[in-house]
Amino acid sequence: MFDVQALRNEFPILKREVHGRPLIYLDNAATSQKPRSVIEAECHYYEVMNANIHRGVHTLSQEATDAFEGARDKVRDFLNARQREEIIFTRGATEAINLVAHSWGRSQLKPGDEILVSEMEHHANIVPWQMLCEATGAVLKVIPIDERGALVAGAVASLINPRTRLVGITQVSNALGTVNPVAEIIRLAHQVGAVVLLDGAQAVPHMAVDVTALDCDFYVFSGHKLYGPTGIGVLYGKRSLLEKMPPYQGGGDMISQVTFRKTTYNQLPYKFEAGTPHIAGVVGLGAAIDFVLSVGLKAIAAHEDRLLTYATQQAEGFEGLKIIGTVPGKASILSFVLKGVHPHDIGTILDSEGVAIRTGHHCAMPVMDHYGVPATARASFALYNTAEEVDALFGALRRVEELFLK
Amino acid sequence: MSDLRDLYQEVIFDHNRHPRNFGPLVGANRHADGFNPLCGDRLTLNLQVQDGVIQDVRFEGSGCAISTASASLMTEALKGKTEAEATVLFEGFHHMVMGEKTTVDLGKLAVLAGVSEFPARVKCASLAWHTLNAALKNESDPVSTE
Repeated sequence: MFDVQALRNEFPILKREVHGRPLIYLDNAATSQKPRSVIEAECHYYEVMNANIHRGVHTLSQEATDAFEGARDKVRDFLNARQREEIIFTRGATEAINLVAHSWGRSQLKPGDEILVSEMEHHANIVPWQMLCEATGAVLKVIPIDERGALVAGAVASLINPRTRLVGITQVSNALGTVNPVAEIIRLAHQVGAVVLLDGAQAVPHMAVDVTALDCDFYVFSGHKLYGPTGIGVLYGKRSLLEKMPPYQGGGDMISQVTFRKTTYNQLPYKFEAGTPHIAGVVGLGAAIDFVLSVGLKAIAAHEDRLLTYATQQAEGFEGLKIIGTVPGKASILSFVLKGVHPHDIGTILDSEGVAIRTGHHCAMPVMDHYGVPATARASFALYNTAEEVDALFGALRRVEELFLK
Repeated sequence: MSDLRDLYQEVIFDHNRHPRNFGPLVGANRHADGFNPLCGDRLTLNLQVQDGVIQDVRFEGSGCAISTASASLMTEALKGKTEAEATVLFEGFHHMVMGEKTTVDLGKLAVLAGVSEFPARVKCASLAWHTLNAALKNESDPVSTE
């Protein structure tokens, strides 16, 4: 039984007010709020077992190591990866993509090789590949999107060719909400021997992900969009690929032996985890996964889909409002523009009503260019949002209308 | 937050709906482009400066109400001013939107004083002025508020 009021009680921040009004937080695609269990898990780690991991023989170090590695097992289960060695902790999805671009890309690519991304990617899944192309002479190709915000039909099949070495694509678009047909893309890429990196930052809070069934080669996500802490993320990579990749950063923990003559690297996953990691963040991420699984991803998705449907109905009846991203089966994101009002002005006026949305280019400038808008307003829903909050959003938009379009 | 009306005054709505001195400027001899990557505001500023006096100034581009109104009000304030006077206005305006005291008489520009209560919007109000600064120096690279 999905009890949204009971769930709201688990999020301390939802009790606060903004400008004298109850906080209505609809900026979940930027970052989600944290349940008490996540906050307490981090707090508990610092209060009870704080120590460095993987090296001390003392009790605290052992407990901290167990908590850290226990979270790795939770992530492995969560993604249904085959082995725990395939789970690398990073600072976030961005660092995970950079790790692959740097380590896999620079060791594998030669001039003329092609990397394929889509027009709807977040800058984090564009810029690292551009940098890689500059360094290696590889070429970046782009899968176009149509007016609804879906990949142009047939474009993937026509762009993938024997020169394609990697396809980097988001599972769910942060600017549009589009859910991409990643299974089909992976199938097409593998036919030509290309590897596929999926950006799961927006997907993991909304749908169950099975990297083994998907057969993707790399999968990245951030903890903070999954009700977990900021500063922690995950790279999943197939062991066969990770084994061949050189380290991304050098330092402590990633070595097995260091002399000035020669250093040998540690085994997976530690080869890619140089330095003392964000231990508390990893512990918090483990708690976030426990929380999400206890609520149930199917129940979360059903709830968010109901909210999106309700919000979309209201949006369609709102004069002058244009929804950006209209593909059926979107995930919990309502991006829009309002005729005669710049999104930034919408954002300020909504904030004065206690409603937090994102306004801007959502780190997806090519998407803005595609629609010929400088920015959009974006409401994004999480498991704790309610239909009353959707009403409040549109009530606040009426206020924008009164102020601007009277 | 202070009252929304401190930010969105009638004068600002008026200038947003009907920006003054909007469009290309024939015979311009100073030019700069401004860009606010945060909100996507873009602004092109053209001036005609003769013997150190701003004879004419016009702007083009698209932005939020605050940035459009600020650019519009700025063009009105600049006509007939010397470059030195424009620089004084720029500094006074900057102090005002940062919530600092200024002795400069800003005239109608004072309607934008409310921006100082909205830190996220200071860049919107400042974009036109930073672009002006670049145009007077005739810097060729686009100005960014980042």
